[in-house]
Amino acid sequence: MSEVLERPATATTTAVPLVRLRDLHVRFVTRDRTVHAVNGVDMDLAPGEVLCILGESGSGKSVTLRALMRLLPRTAKVEGGIEVAGRDVQAMNESQLADFRGGDVAMIFQEPMTALDPVFTIGRQISETVQRHERVSRTAAEARALELLELVQIPSAKRRLAAYPHELSGGLRQRAMIAVALACRPKLLLADEPTTALDATVQIQVLLLLRQLQEQMGMGVIFVTHDLGVAGEIADRVAVMYAGKVVEEGPVGAMMAAPLHPYPRGLLGATVHAGLRGKRLTTIPGAPPSLETLPVGCAFAPRCTEAEPACSTADPAPRRPVPDRMARCIKVPGASD
Amino acid sequence: MSEDRGGPAQPLLVLRGLKKHFPIRGGMFGGSIATVRAVDGVTFQVRKGETLGIVGESGCGKSTTARLLMRLLNPDAGETVFDGEPVGVDAQAGGIALKEYRRQVQMVFQDSYASLNPRLPIEDSIAFAPKVHGVPAREAQERARELLAAVGLSPAQFARRYPHELSGGQRQRVNIARALALYPRLVILDEPVSALDKSVEAQVLNLLMDLKEKFGLTYVFISHDLNVVQYISDRVLVMYLGIVAEQGPVDAIYERPAHPYTRALLASRPSMDPAKRRTEPPLAGDPPNPVNPPSGCRFRTRCPFAEDVCATQVPPAADLGGGHEAACLMAVPGSGHSQAGRLAA
Repeated sequence: MSEVLERPATATTTAVPLVRLRDLHVRFVTRDRTVHAVNGVDMDLAPGEVLCILGESGSGKSVTLRALMRLLPRTAKVEGGIEVAGRDVQAMNESQLADFRGGDVAMIFQEPMTALDPVFTIGRQISETVQRHERVSRTAAEARALELLELVQIPSAKRRLAAYPHELSGGLRQRAMIAVALACRPKLLLADEPTTALDATVQIQVLLLLRQLQEQMGMGVIFVTHDLGVAGEIADRVAVMYAGKVVEEGPVGAMMAAPLHPYPRGLLGATVHAGLRGKRLTTIPGAPPSLETLPVGCAFAPRCTEAEPACSTADPAPRRPVPDRMARCIKVPGASD
Repeated sequence: MSEDRGGPAQPLLVLRGLKKHFPIRGGMFGGSIATVRAVDGVTFQVRKGETLGIVGESGCGKSTTARLLMRLLNPDAGETVFDGEPVGVDAQAGGIALKEYRRQVQMVFQDSYASLNPRLPIEDSIAFAPKVHGVPAREAQERARELLAAVGLSPAQFARRYPHELSGGQRQRVNIARALALYPRLVILDEPVSALDKSVEAQVLNLLMDLKEKFGLTYVFISHDLNVVQYISDRVLVMYLGIVAEQGPVDAIYERPAHPYTRALLASRPSMDPAKRRTEPPLAGDPPNPVNPPSGCRFRTRCPFAEDVCATQVPPAADLGGGHEAACLMAVPGSGHSQAGRLAA
């Protein structure tokens, strides 16, 4: 494989997790109201692992992702421990952050047209990133840009270096954005619904490309999606979020086959797939809670068919019935921690 | 409710050779410099009481088709016949006037917020069209409340709310209620659940099934989500770059897809089972630009079976039996393709 893929000699795999989130809280405070977007998230990611955060709109999945890179606006009050590659993200100053973003960790978005700069060519946007982080010459950076476009399988890469974002199709634009993100061989790639806006035949191409690049480069990936199918296609582990909390976490196969928590169970039942024709779809009644006040007890209890009085008194602690799986539900057997 | 005129065997809607081309203006004098062939000769029918699903990727013309069906756009060519009566022709000449046609055909759009007037309480939005069509105000208001109840929103609680006070799923229920306010026979649903979360999507799909039964409706359901289309449709139309690639009963399309595009589209669905992950994408590249579609078969630039003959010959819709048709030379015996006739019935 090309040189782009080779990691610098300093990078060694250690037992230290790549990402360590401890009791993350994010509140958006404005004059009129406070929204409790993330309410105590613990999350670990091993180097080279792909974690999918699955959740509906307003579950706090994108806010969690942005907190990892400190991309949240000033109105966001962030508390808790955020460690990436052994460094405390909360304690970084502006210049450390600038090195950190794009160097150690990179992010790709749903809409490449707004993530790419419309007035610079694709080639310039990639080589700029390389020059900024690795202090190499412009020629060397441009050579790297070409390699990267080939890496993300953009046809006639040389010609596309001089193209502006609007000149590319949706799928190619998404690939170009991935190339910018991978320019400095990040250890961690954050992906915020990068395939949601793509057509079916293009979405599967981009998913397969991301999986292939992740394996080659040994990156850790946190992939935010609302689509169970996408999670099934790319994840090693899945964390399901609801009302700002991780309600269930576990290996993708086990979770898809038999979720422990009633919310992912309902979600799985409500997802239309082959073989349901003519049958009534099972639904989750009601809608997610407003997060202007912190929910008391289990946030899912008002919509849960199995709820009992104990559910609405105390917030359920995480339980681990088998190693490697966690669910926040008092009906799940096993010791809580 | 309008009475059935043509009898049960008469298709509710017949479209023949429907075309819509959009000029791209530019150059020094703002003349037409190119043409987007958004819908380029589409023929199909919608039978009474069925749900016809239309699938395809962006730019395939499915939303333009919906707008042509609703006559929000005027077709450049082609014929629309509603229950045996040509649309837009005077009643004296045996046709159905546009105003009457639009009473019987209603539409629900993807963007639930943009399609409601933000300054009207939802009850007034629903009652608006019946008032325009001459229903007394009090009666229209009463009907609006009945419809709110029918879509699962308690009138006492919701009738006076404004669109911004509702969630996406609730707003889409209001849009559905409004579409039903004139007791239409045909409802065109253009990506009605695409913007909704999964748990809400299932609620709205169940509601659509209930309403279809209750009001005896016929649906045209447009979506890019193949699983949803399979769930709700009786027959399916697959579009590619402004033409119909394949159409037929839902089981035929999903179990025996004939057109290479349909096969690739179905194989592109992500699998929820991590043990069944694929390693190769079924298709490479994006759909081409509809401004200059490829000659001959429009899919040939991405088709794994393309041969020289595909560039010169436009494939006709080949009959595969049971109302299953595919526009592929491999389905036409003697077409000159090396695998011709392999798919024929």
